[in-house]
Amino acid sequence: MLTQYDIEEVQQHCKNAFTQQEIVSLYQRFCQLDRNNCGFIPSDEFLSIPEFAVNPLSQSMLRLLDGFNFKEFIAFLSAFSPRATLQHKIEFIFKVYDTDCNGKVSFDDMLTVLRDLTGQYMSEQQRKEVLAQVLEEAGYTKDSFLVLSDFMKVLKQLISSITCCTGILKFHLDSGQFGSEDGSGGSRGLE
Amino acid sequence: MNSTGTLKSSSSELDLDRPNIEDYLPSGAAIQQEPRGKLRLHDLLDISPTLSEAAGAIVDDSFTRCFKSNPPEPWNWNIYLFPLWCFGVFLRYLIIFPTRALVLTIGWIIFLSAFIPVHLLLKGHDKLRRNIERSLVEMMCGFFVASWTGVVKYHGPRPSRRPKQVFVANHTSMIDFIILEQMTAFAVIMQKHPGWVGLLQSTILESVGCIWFNRSEAKDREIVARKLRDHVQGTDNNPLLIFPEGTCVNNHYTVMFKKGAFELGCTVCPIAIKYNKIFVDAFWNSRKQSFTTHLLQLMTSWAVVCDVWYLEPQNLKPGETPIEFAERVRDIISTRAGLKMVPWDGYLKYSRPSPKHRERKQQNFAESVLRRLEEK
Repeated sequence: MLTQYDIEEVQQHCKNAFTQQEIVSLYQRFCQLDRNNCGFIPSDEFLSIPEFAVNPLSQSMLRLLDGFNFKEFIAFLSAFSPRATLQHKIEFIFKVYDTDCNGKVSFDDMLTVLRDLTGQYMSEQQRKEVLAQVLEEAGYTKDSFLVLSDFMKVLKQLISSITCCTGILKFHLDSGQFGSEDGSGGSRGLE
Repeated sequence: MNSTGTLKSSSSELDLDRPNIEDYLPSGAAIQQEPRGKLRLHDLLDISPTLSEAAGAIVDDSFTRCFKSNPPEPWNWNIYLFPLWCFGVFLRYLIIFPTRALVLTIGWIIFLSAFIPVHLLLKGHDKLRRNIERSLVEMMCGFFVASWTGVVKYHGPRPSRRPKQVFVANHTSMIDFIILEQMTAFAVIMQKHPGWVGLLQSTILESVGCIWFNRSEAKDREIVARKLRDHVQGTDNNPLLIFPEGTCVNNHYTVMFKKGAFELGCTVCPIAIKYNKIFVDAFWNSRKQSFTTHLLQLMTSWAVVCDVWYLEPQNLKPGETPIEFAERVRDIISTRAGLKMVPWDGYLKYSRPSPKHRERKQQNFAESVLRRLEEK
């Protein structure tokens, strides 16, 4: 169970991206996913959520998701909070692209993500052409490396404000949907 | 909502042929309008909609919700409620439970002492033997229901024994079968279980005409389909009961119905079952407890309250595919029992989803990119 101190500590860790109530709900969700009750979710657990597994970018995200404890879980999801800054969100997108974590996104990195997004419905040749064309129009070349500031410049505004979380969290707070997975909680615990 | 007519039925259980999932999933994070105009770097780099959907799935997803058993709220927290609760526990475990166990044992003795002789001696007179065995099984199920103090209310006309009909119901626990069997002797199709349940299955339930399947065998699906067809055509067989969800769900949601029951070319009679959680939650979370533990839990609670509705028989409409038929019947059952429908296949509990759905998203995105490339 979370104490008030725990909640405040987590809140500070994620730079106040979530309210205390949201942190409690997310903790319940964390416990639900953490089937072995070891305080740690391996990346396989996420693949057992069908909605996540069918997402084209699930593999790329799993790279960032390897082995979470609760604080890291909250820090990861903080990019999706409505209170997160645009900077924070763009940093997140940058991390998804930067497969080798060297602070630079190459043509190949962008090609990998495009491949995940389009699958077999575009040929490799088409993908390279499209990417080269839009890069040139934006003033870059095939060999240029994009850094975070380039991403900031290009992504001044995001298509979706990636604030899915509040809607879902609010719904569950209102309808009391989040409960612990195993039936051993609640009054039965006194038996 | 239309299913893609080109879905072929493969022999693998993991194949998910289903209607358009986009109709069910929340489309809040999806791109609602097609972005227009020339393709820019911004459009390719901005993966925020897809990321939102993934994060949304991490925060909550409709599949896990179907198998969650919510524990009852504690009510015994103060000075007079706690002793009352203790007294209740004492009554339930030390007085009521032994009585129920005794009733069940007596029931078993009566049943076995009648069933075994009838089974062995009346080998020649099949029709008489079947009738007696049927009544005996109904009686035994009555004993079972009594052993949990089952308060079951049946609504609607009782099933009649006619050929070319199949009964389908939503599935919460194996006790669904017992509750329904108490009223009418059904032949049911079940997963073969190990242990004492398996023994019961192979001896007594065989006489009622049950069919077994094995989830893990790939070729099993065709064999089972053939067995189903044979059973339905036979005139003297007990009416067939199928749980098309294929797995136990927590009685708040229904998962996708498998189309096997709807392709047999006969009338489908839906049955809706809804449990009242007031005393005990009848959902059997097979990942958490064995069937024996589940039964013990039921026997040490005050009562099992549920409603059973026998609904109007449905036929395949002209121009309707079996999948659409299955969805229509699922809708009827869910509406009657107050359950929400989710678009997932119950077998995802045991396996990963096939890449088909991801491919649809990829196709949409690829087509949109290529189209905008053409625009000047």
